[in-house]
Amino acid sequence: MRSLGIFCLVFMLLGLALPLMGEASFEIKDFPHDAGTALNLEWKGASGSTVTIQKADSMQVFHELHQSTDAEGSFTDTELSPDETYRYRMIAVSEADSVSQVLEAQPVEQWFYLDKLSFLLMLIVISAAILLYIYAAKRGKDLFVRRINGLDSMDEAIGRATEKGKPILYVPGISDLDDIQTIASMTILSHLAHKAAEYDTDLIVPCRFSMVLSAAREVVRESYLKAGRLDAYKESNVFYLTDDQFGYVAGIDGIMVREQPAANFFMGSFYAESLILAETGFSTGAIQTAGTAQAHQLPFFVVSCDYTLIGEELFAASAYLSKDPQQLGSLKGHDFGKLLIILLILCGIVTESLGWSWFKDFFGKVF
Amino acid sequence: MKRNIPLIIVFLAGLVVFASEFIPHRPFSQINETLERWFMIISGFAMFLGQVSLLRVNGAKIKNKVKDWPYYLAGMISFALMLIFGLLWGMEKTDGILGDGASIQAWLGLKPFDYLFENVYQHLSATMFALLAFYIASAAYRAFIIRSFESNLLMITAVIVILGRSSFGTMLTGWIPNNLPLLHLPNLTDFIMEFPNSAAQRAIMISAALGIVGSSLRIILGIERSYLGGDK
Repeated sequence: MRSLGIFCLVFMLLGLALPLMGEASFEIKDFPHDAGTALNLEWKGASGSTVTIQKADSMQVFHELHQSTDAEGSFTDTELSPDETYRYRMIAVSEADSVSQVLEAQPVEQWFYLDKLSFLLMLIVISAAILLYIYAAKRGKDLFVRRINGLDSMDEAIGRATEKGKPILYVPGISDLDDIQTIASMTILSHLAHKAAEYDTDLIVPCRFSMVLSAAREVVRESYLKAGRLDAYKESNVFYLTDDQFGYVAGIDGIMVREQPAANFFMGSFYAESLILAETGFSTGAIQTAGTAQAHQLPFFVVSCDYTLIGEELFAASAYLSKDPQQLGSLKGHDFGKLLIILLILCGIVTESLGWSWFKDFFGKVF
Repeated sequence: MKRNIPLIIVFLAGLVVFASEFIPHRPFSQINETLERWFMIISGFAMFLGQVSLLRVNGAKIKNKVKDWPYYLAGMISFALMLIFGLLWGMEKTDGILGDGASIQAWLGLKPFDYLFENVYQHLSATMFALLAFYIASAAYRAFIIRSFESNLLMITAVIVILGRSSFGTMLTGWIPNNLPLLHLPNLTDFIMEFPNSAAQRAIMISAALGIVGSSLRIILGIERSYLGGDK
């Protein structure tokens, strides 16, 4: 009888204690919309406990990953591989008891970054607008494009160089060929080289990277060939200087001081050296045109150069110079994109003012 | 056909990179990394072309003894020295053909390549960078002229920001009560940098991004072909 009573007492105590021990739960979920490189480890019901999350290594030895005193929470383990299975152990230790649970999980790769949906939708809309305008231009619709003084002045700059008998200096930026600004610079170089060939003016193109050198040589040579002046093409005028940023700038400054070009063109990606280039060119009295999408360097170019292509104008240059209706049509697509962004910003202001955060959250998930 | 092959390659590469931006599943998630590795490998080979160009251009000038030819010779000697030291004794943790040059390191304190890099190149680079300080002053002197409404606005803003960023600003407006924060030059400077300045920069960045989308689309679809060397 006595032993039965003790047994019942123990059973009652266990009955009281079990809910406490079973309350702390541990769950592993796959991180949504990713490349299978992360897992979400969630725990609940661990009030009054210190929760430790451990992860097993390849030898199945557990190492501490995270510790918390929150009753419920989550931890994201990243830099995982979707080909491996991972073991985790949650230990919740309180004054009264301790709970331990081991789980295994494998991250899963998804087929779409849902968080980037807003980005994809905007891209589709803007691309569709560009294509529509290109199609409209192809069908003969007359599209107005405002004047870009920096590009209109190219003829003036080349004419001035020809009159003075001085060369033209063209700097294609300090980035490699994987930068879209350098590609845009190559397209402008093509038009400039064609005009320089027609005017029989020397064109000097110092390059910072070998890939840019190869592309620049090809572009200039083809332009001279198209102008029927392949005999005037000098391969030695398109040359490699150095990979180093300030060494490159020092080399160009030396060219400006020695050769005294009558016209300088700085088109592409520039960083801290932009002012050094522009000021040295200014001191030689050359007419200078610059174009870059680096917002921080634009003020320096605006101050020191006669003409500056600001951001978008650098990418529009090729379309503008070619006068090809199809390319000009794409510029109208840019304008549509700007209108769309203005509307979205206004919508965002209104929805945030009204306390509706879904609009901002939809677009903010990308970042 | 000769012109069409690069256009097809550009189109397919553009599509694949576009898809990889939105599809996390393999192989799309690895495409960007793979392409970047390919680019680095090709750049490595292309570097050889650059060095050949450097040697030919400078060599011709030295040979023909053009004006200031000793400077081109000095450039070539510097190039050769760094190349030789790097090959023979390596740099930092990398060994060269003759090992890690422990005896030279004991004498110089560093490997020869690193010694020249730290004690010659770094100082030359810093000198070029320091030119910016003087050029900013000369550019500002030319830019801040009271001539039109916009230039007046520029001048006033420049004065506020210059004073606000220095201890003068605090000294000049420190006596103003704290319940008029925008009359304090440092606060006004922060306001200008945080709001109108950021707004303008973001506008430029947005328009540049649209330009990039348009330019990339024209290149991917083959509408723009100037980068290939010609339109036709």
